[in-house]
Amino acid sequence: MSLPETPSQTVGPFFSIGMTWEEGPFVLPEGTERAIWLSGRVFDGEGAAVPDAVVETWQADPEFRGFGRSSTDDHGRWRVLTRKPAAVDDHAPHVDVAVFARGLLRQVLTRVYFPDEEERNAADPVLSGLEREARETLIAEQGGDGYRFDIHLQGPHATQFFRL
Amino acid sequence: MTSVKGDPHPPLLYPDYRSTRTRAPSRPLVDLAPSLTELSGPVLPEMRVGDADHDLTAQHDGEPLGERIVVYGRVRETNGRPVPDTLVEVWQCNAAGRYRHQNDRHPAPLDPNFTGVGRCLTDREGRFRFVTVKPGAYPWRNHPNAWRPAHIHFSIFGRAFTQRLVTQMYFPGDPLFGQDPIFNSVRDSAARERMICRFDLEQTVPEWALAYQFDIVLRETPFE
Repeated sequence: MSLPETPSQTVGPFFSIGMTWEEGPFVLPEGTERAIWLSGRVFDGEGAAVPDAVVETWQADPEFRGFGRSSTDDHGRWRVLTRKPAAVDDHAPHVDVAVFARGLLRQVLTRVYFPDEEERNAADPVLSGLEREARETLIAEQGGDGYRFDIHLQGPHATQFFRL
Repeated sequence: MTSVKGDPHPPLLYPDYRSTRTRAPSRPLVDLAPSLTELSGPVLPEMRVGDADHDLTAQHDGEPLGERIVVYGRVRETNGRPVPDTLVEVWQCNAAGRYRHQNDRHPAPLDPNFTGVGRCLTDREGRFRFVTVKPGAYPWRNHPNAWRPAHIHFSIFGRAFTQRLVTQMYFPGDPLFGQDPIFNSVRDSAARERMICRFDLEQTVPEWALAYQFDIVLRETPFE
């Protein structure tokens, strides 16, 4: 049997009444040992913060799987409290990030990699298939309480997204 | 309307829908060699879903105004396999066309008895069922005198993160389809039809509610 797929549509500007929940950003409860804040901002093609997006994170390694969901605030900021995943096979540690927003007719998917994993990153099959400029858009920056990952939908720093 | 065969999904850049101009990714998408991350997906705890969460007419002291409807359907993959135990979330405006959201400025009344949010888990056969009221049409500022056809937003998790789908369910015969760039961003006319629910007289509840069927098909992904 082959059934045709249902098409995607935008979440629109009012998803936050339906697609968010209070504990969404907490993949792990506050106070968990070794927990990190993975956070950043979302920007549009005019360099403006996107205040009406929802960012979802998903990570899976043999020990831990976790889902996070954060809407962006007026400054385009999102954040999830989670832990750094382990490497799986030849893939360096990474977290999948999907962005939903008004103006996105389908979610966009990217991967966050970690700056303190130079060796594994160099051997990662996804990163090594990218041009240097695109590769750099997927490496988070180390920050005080975790890692920062800004998402640029367009422009000179445009994030590399993947085909779904 | 033009028909384009092939990709059921809308292009990310569809200039008639104005917001895509500054938000559609500018860097061309590339293929991803999947790892465990893309082949697995969140399984959400049942406790996230309350008993009354599927009934949007029973979340307040009184009943909301509007035409009471049942919306039911099945979630399957393109191979026909049902997707059981997956979270289905819905949100919508009220019967007057107003969302309970601080940024919705449409001068239509809010309904104190309607939040417009529901969720449920699919059963073993991938089935879901909601009770709600039919949402109204509402104006927006995409182009002069732009109106959104009545719709209910659906979010489905599926079994893998790359299967995740957010879509909108429309109602049969809506006169606003022709001028709506979001509906028409799906270029294949047969695919557009799949976003329109089917009126189902058999499933109506006599002297209580009309019924619509909306089946959802997720892409197939290789699994761990």
